[in-house]
Amino acid sequence: MSLRFLSVRLGMLVLTVLVSSLAIYGAMFLTPGDPATLLVGGSRNPDPAVLAQIRSDYHLDDPFLAGYWHWLSNFLQGDFGQSLVYRDSVTGLIGDRAGDTVALVAYAAVLVLAGGMLIGTVAALRGGRTEALATTLTAGAMAVPTFVMAVLLIWLFAVRLPWFPVYGSGEGFTDTLAHLTLPAVALALSWIGYVAQVTRTAVRGELRSEHVETARSRGVPERVVIRRHVLHNASGAMFAVSGVGIAGLIATAAVAEQAFGTGGLGALMIEAASKQDMAVVQAVSLIFVIVFVVINTGVDLISAAVDPRIAAQKGAIR
Amino acid sequence: MTTMPAALSTRPRAKRRTGRIDPLTLVAGGVVALFVLLALLGPLLAPHDPNAVDPLNVNAGPSGAHWLGTDDTGRDLLSRLIAGARATLAAPAAVIAVSTALGTLLALTAAWFGGWLDRFVSGALDVVFGFPGLILAVLVAAVFGAGLTAPIVALSIAYLPLITRVVRSAAIKERHLPYVAALQLLGAPTARIWLRHLLPNLLPLVLVQATIGFGYALLDVAAISFLGLGSQPPDPEWGLMVANGAPSILAGQPQQSLYAGIAILVVVVAFNLLGTGLSRRLLGESA
Repeated sequence: MSLRFLSVRLGMLVLTVLVSSLAIYGAMFLTPGDPATLLVGGSRNPDPAVLAQIRSDYHLDDPFLAGYWHWLSNFLQGDFGQSLVYRDSVTGLIGDRAGDTVALVAYAAVLVLAGGMLIGTVAALRGGRTEALATTLTAGAMAVPTFVMAVLLIWLFAVRLPWFPVYGSGEGFTDTLAHLTLPAVALALSWIGYVAQVTRTAVRGELRSEHVETARSRGVPERVVIRRHVLHNASGAMFAVSGVGIAGLIATAAVAEQAFGTGGLGALMIEAASKQDMAVVQAVSLIFVIVFVVINTGVDLISAAVDPRIAAQKGAIR
Repeated sequence: MTTMPAALSTRPRAKRRTGRIDPLTLVAGGVVALFVLLALLGPLLAPHDPNAVDPLNVNAGPSGAHWLGTDDTGRDLLSRLIAGARATLAAPAAVIAVSTALGTLLALTAAWFGGWLDRFVSGALDVVFGFPGLILAVLVAAVFGAGLTAPIVALSIAYLPLITRVVRSAAIKERHLPYVAALQLLGAPTARIWLRHLLPNLLPLVLVQATIGFGYALLDVAAISFLGLGSQPPDPEWGLMVANGAPSILAGQPQQSLYAGIAILVVVVAFNLLGTGLSRRLLGESA
């Protein structure tokens, strides 16, 4: 990986986070009224004294960029402001809920990695009916939106067959696992389908390649051919698509959290948005964007480090 | 959600296939046409008033009067699904109209002038692409309040890179074809080259992108309504219906969520199949 590729990607990461943070901060000035009303929770009739306090706390009367810089530097130091709706510091609210989201996304990520790669590899190696079945099922899984899958799973595996609990996120390891199984499956399924399809295509491509033919014709045992020549060469594509999938899980975790009533950052953000509690929405959305961009960039960098051709290709396209 | 990349290649004007359209695309096109018709005429076709509650007939199963049964306040589900087609399809239509028009213009501008302008547009789109559409929609909803404005504004921005990237790389190829240079040498005004030559040649690709994008946009808008930040009750928007029916599922009454979910699934799959079918036919490629 060239130093140039590394610096371009890292520069892009910083730029994306900066522009996103500017958009997240600037969004509240698009409100037709006083942005301070968004920080008390927009719908109620706020006390003028409280509004004046907020205007000075958030530096709303300062020039736009000064206020932005103040907000961003506080954010970077872990001070996300106060939520007047929840009567708590935003940092505290986020700290209480971050664990639930991390657990859910991690669980779903394991399902995506294990399920997607396994289904894709088996489908490509077996071929025939297995491959056709896997292709159909994974295409189906990709088509069902998370929130529809959520209600379907609740009906099938919590009501018709009462195997799993549906609300809350549980206490202790096994209970948490039981509570998070259906949300993680609902969140992961369309990405399992996506990863499986890309894996299948990659493995198929390698199986047909000349170096695999050559290895076979030289009498290399099939197990070795599969492991050393097929899976090894397909692993780059499998890794890259898994990274995209895990970034996608973070972007849509909110839907699964809301559908299953497991607490978490996504559910917090949605509740705060419906109460127009801007301080919370700003902090959580910036966290989500940062994690999303960091994962995407990390995957790109690791892919390029392992396979320099990728850096050359991406440099050419962009 | 929006992070699902539309797997499309970018070669316009390749060998076009003639002859019969494959049956799957035909069926998908028929389903899309049916839903568009429902969106236009929905309220006229609904057998009952979609918002008329009937406290004596709550969560009823299918019957002669109510083909799909009723919801938790006794409203006719079939009528709500039919009447809701308009709200469900109108918002993604607005998203795709805005992002396609703006994206095509951006792509043509970037491809035509090239240089730093092209690099700036591509870089800006990469930044936008780093902001997940759903999170942008929640942010905008926090500012403007719940309603369809927030998802339409947010998703129009979020879909811009998806359309622009594909159209831009096709436009760059088109722009460097000899006939464009010939037209310029003949002194043809830039506006005429764009409108009479570039745009018509790119149109099939734009159409394919818009069709596939429509399915994803519909899914995203429905998800935002499901989260309570889009369409508001008593609107029979399908995403909202899935959410409304959720409490009844625990009481063993899944019909409202299930039917609305199936409706979303059918229309999304139909748009996707129509898009890939159009791509095969118009661009001569399997997308």
